[in-house]
Amino acid sequence: MTNEILLSISGLQKAFGGLIAVNQMQFDVHEGEILGLLGPNGSGKTTVMNLISGALQANEGKIVISGKDITNLPAHKISHSGIARTFQLVRVLPDLDCVENIEAGLAYRTKPLWGDAAHAAALELLERIGLAKQAHTPAGDLTYIDQKRLELGRALALQPKLLLLDEWLAGLNPSELQDGIALVRKLKNEGLTIIMVEHVMDAIRSLCDRCVVMNAGAKIADGTPDEVLSDPEVVRAYLGDSHA
Amino acid sequence: MSILKPDFIKPVGIGAVIFAALAFLPSLVDSYYMSLAISIVSFAVLATAWSMFSGPTRYISLATVVFFGIGAYTVAVLGEVLPFPLVLVCAGLAGTVIALLVGFSTLRLAGVYFVIFTFGLTELVRQVVSWYEVNVTREMGRYVFLDITQNDIYWQLLALFAVLLLTGFILGRSRLGFALRIIGEDETVAKHCGIDVTRVKVALFVLSALFMTLTGAIMAPRWTYIDPVIAFNPMLSFQVVIMALLGGPRRLLGPLLGVVPLTLLFEILTANFPNHFSILLGCVFLVIVYLLPSGVVGLYEKYSAPKKRVLATEQNAKPGGNAA
Repeated sequence: MTNEILLSISGLQKAFGGLIAVNQMQFDVHEGEILGLLGPNGSGKTTVMNLISGALQANEGKIVISGKDITNLPAHKISHSGIARTFQLVRVLPDLDCVENIEAGLAYRTKPLWGDAAHAAALELLERIGLAKQAHTPAGDLTYIDQKRLELGRALALQPKLLLLDEWLAGLNPSELQDGIALVRKLKNEGLTIIMVEHVMDAIRSLCDRCVVMNAGAKIADGTPDEVLSDPEVVRAYLGDSHA
Repeated sequence: MSILKPDFIKPVGIGAVIFAALAFLPSLVDSYYMSLAISIVSFAVLATAWSMFSGPTRYISLATVVFFGIGAYTVAVLGEVLPFPLVLVCAGLAGTVIALLVGFSTLRLAGVYFVIFTFGLTELVRQVVSWYEVNVTREMGRYVFLDITQNDIYWQLLALFAVLLLTGFILGRSRLGFALRIIGEDETVAKHCGIDVTRVKVALFVLSALFMTLTGAIMAPRWTYIDPVIAFNPMLSFQVVIMALLGGPRRLLGPLLGVVPLTLLFEILTANFPNHFSILLGCVFLVIVYLLPSGVVGLYEKYSAPKKRVLATEQNAKPGGNAA
């Protein structure tokens, strides 16, 4: 990657009581790349995502996006500095319809849209994520994959520089998975930078330019998917000593 | 947002005509019915103001009477010193300051903690006022002798209600109102959409408290005598919650559907069963929460809306019912 660094994380530390969930994490994300954040369950991936997006406050360390220090800013300010996210357990606004769900992303961003302009932009975005037909369905009535699409749409409505996808492809059936992978690839082609926490190996191999692997809160590998997946340290973290 | 669209002008126009007609009520009915009308309009303001904040956020506030009482007390203290409009301004300022303090210190609390805090706040304010009256002014209870007739009170309340409905109507179409709905749906999502959640909640809490304070101030001359027990009677907070929940706190005119029947019911209960009022009130509350968890409005939506929408409404009814 020759591109410029978009996001830079250094010395990031987060403890919950005595448990150190994230320990001296350090990595960079380059503009336009998809970075996979991997690791066994409980290794601290979602905590890292929560620290970047401002859902949690770090104990130590620094998070910088496009040269701007956003460490421990409140979540709404981080959203204004160009970071949008989806959640590990899908979170739509169930009583609002799809248009309103997208408008939620449009109305409070740095360059807000409201009224007719927002309505038109929301319909356009729904078209792009394949939900045009459900525009006036309450989000709570959508199927699981459609809720995931809608959540992604809301994140895109914020016009982020960096998109955080927390297991966005989890729980999809094989054909939905292919749709999902195609959608993420389309976003990459449009120039979006993405960090994705993922367990689905097909998705990781086909989408990620680079992977960072975590275990017990610390980084144990950093490289292309093929490199990190054959790294003995990574194999040991996932499968135990006898397989390394 | 363009203000002059037909879908804005039409409801506002109809509202203006209705309110203008209601202003002629005093020349049509005698003073018993005027007193009943004052009860209905005052509860309508309180329940609508309560719902403006608590409807979308689902924060059940029992602090209504705190602001109502502050308004009433401001009039008792300043009523003979300043002209009445200025007294209302002072009451509004006092209510706003207290609401800001309470808002910033408590709106980080969620669910039942917020309910209990607001209930405790009533007791706290009442005790502080009592302590002040006993130890500083050395007189418990004050007389309010102002040259304000029953009809004046009615017109003031009616005007306040009109302003409140207009505010609520504009709010419902504004970014601020939409932000509040998003917060009510999912506060975490709201934050990540770029909404300054604390500021939005405090702003609406203050706005709602301002209307409650003014109601108290306008109603004060009706009593002639007030003391902390009368002005800060927690029963009022509960009555407002019941009315709003019966009507449906998530629509602008919803609370009104609860206010009218319940004010009439309270009137009948106090007239016929003065000693059993509290227990009957409790029974009414239980019946409402069990039978109509999403209010009269919810009932209407259930039977008038297409099937898909009904499913969604029933799902929503649960958190509302539990919170009560």
